[in-house]
Amino acid sequence: MAAVWNNPDVQFVFWALVKILVILHAMLGMVSYMIYAERKIAGHMQARVGPNRVGPLGLFQPVADVAKLFFKEEFVPEGANKVIFHIAPMLAVIPALVTFAVVPFGPLDALRVTDINVGLLLFLAMSSLGVYAITLGGWSSNNKYALLGGLRSSAQMISYELAMGLSTIGVLLMAGSLSLVDIVRAQEHGWFVAFQPVAFGIFMITALAETNRAPFDLPEAEAELVAGFHTEYSSMKFGLFFLGEFANVISISCIAVTLFLGGWNGPWLPESLKFLWFFAKLGVLLFFFIWVRWTFPRLRYDQLMGLGWKVLLPLSLANILVTAGVIWWRAQG
Amino acid sequence: MIPFLFVAFAALLVGCSLMVILHKNPVTSALFLVLAFCSLAGIYLLLHAEFVAMVQVIVYAGAIMVLFLFVIMYLNLKRDVEHGVHIALRRGAGWILGALLLAEGGLMLARRWAPGPTSTEADLSAPVGNTLAIGQSLYTRYLFPFEVTSILLLVAMVGAVVIAKGRGPGVHREPPAGASGATRGPAHPPGSE
Repeated sequence: MAAVWNNPDVQFVFWALVKILVILHAMLGMVSYMIYAERKIAGHMQARVGPNRVGPLGLFQPVADVAKLFFKEEFVPEGANKVIFHIAPMLAVIPALVTFAVVPFGPLDALRVTDINVGLLLFLAMSSLGVYAITLGGWSSNNKYALLGGLRSSAQMISYELAMGLSTIGVLLMAGSLSLVDIVRAQEHGWFVAFQPVAFGIFMITALAETNRAPFDLPEAEAELVAGFHTEYSSMKFGLFFLGEFANVISISCIAVTLFLGGWNGPWLPESLKFLWFFAKLGVLLFFFIWVRWTFPRLRYDQLMGLGWKVLLPLSLANILVTAGVIWWRAQG
Repeated sequence: MIPFLFVAFAALLVGCSLMVILHKNPVTSALFLVLAFCSLAGIYLLLHAEFVAMVQVIVYAGAIMVLFLFVIMYLNLKRDVEHGVHIALRRGAGWILGALLLAEGGLMLARRWAPGPTSTEADLSAPVGNTLAIGQSLYTRYLFPFEVTSILLLVAMVGAVVIAKGRGPGVHREPPAGASGATRGPAHPPGSE
């Protein structure tokens, strides 16, 4: 037994699995309480109190909601493509959760699953795979509202992915590495949001669009499309889409904290507690997401495309040029 | 560990590729192609080509296949449209070309040939990552092909825009034969509604 345990490969796999298990469950817990926070904040913004019946301050509401989702009747439409209809909700959750594998929550090795030298690209890859869930869910339901929702979402996510990828290049140029840990270490003496305010703005706008949050929630615009791509989904399959959306919000906020807000960097706390800074910044960004949702009206479809292609894309390209120019100029003299 | 993973990814790749051409439903075929791209990315990872692996997922699985799927789904392809070369001729050509490719692969395997150089000037297997190496060789030694490729893409893009805009109200052109000869109204893209 000891011989097996002393094998470094076995140890590596064991600790990786432990970390994955912990982070996975922490994130799933965070998702359910983010839904609670969203309802509570939305309530207060509309001069209501929000959920307050289940448990003190309504704190057990997420538990009740999830239990309810599990016991709801599962419904598959007659003309649906059964296999794809079942796969789509899984595809909504998996990419969002895989992203957490590269997020450095703290400076210690124990606080991240792995540090790969293409961490940022992994995040972009996963966010580009996220579009399949919505497109396939909308298509396989055999419902015209769902189809239109899926169609809108593929167009929207492809358009905004481009600007999002380009907005991270400014950070990349300054940090000189694709590893998220190196990017955080490069921000020890100043967060990149100070040097890259335009990129940060573009990143946050595209993050809203990538996660299909208001004001970019056209794929599920209830006024026009009933519920959009998940019209035909019920029970925990609907729950998985919901989970995927919120997990996406959290993972994209984690990346925003890492790229622009200095990650775990912050004053006062010792190394072992620096992850608290990360979570404080994450909390601020998550509040921002909710705040935006209950503040801005939804964009019209042509406005959405116009903003993505004619404003954000040229702006992010200009940002890259200026950043590269300044870096080159400073290297010269 | 590595040989085991390689066999797993390779088997997945071959299986998915077969399903791409054998499955009846074009959407399912496209999804198998996505899976094939992802397993190819896995093989790249095993070769320490992390950058290529991630770009494979971003570009092929994430962007190109989404557009592919988009077209397949919304064109509502019910069956193969019989146009152009006769089907028997196409099938015969396919068999011959496939047999040639298989023979070529067998020959290469038997002689242990690799397609392309087996070693490059840059040490791409360095553990610190090869993104830097790829960037440097792409923007110095291979700058010209790189730029030519981008111009090619730009030309294709301009062509697509011209084709899409061709029948708008701004361009004076004869309406295509058989088009219902009315409504020169405000810009509706052809084929909308």
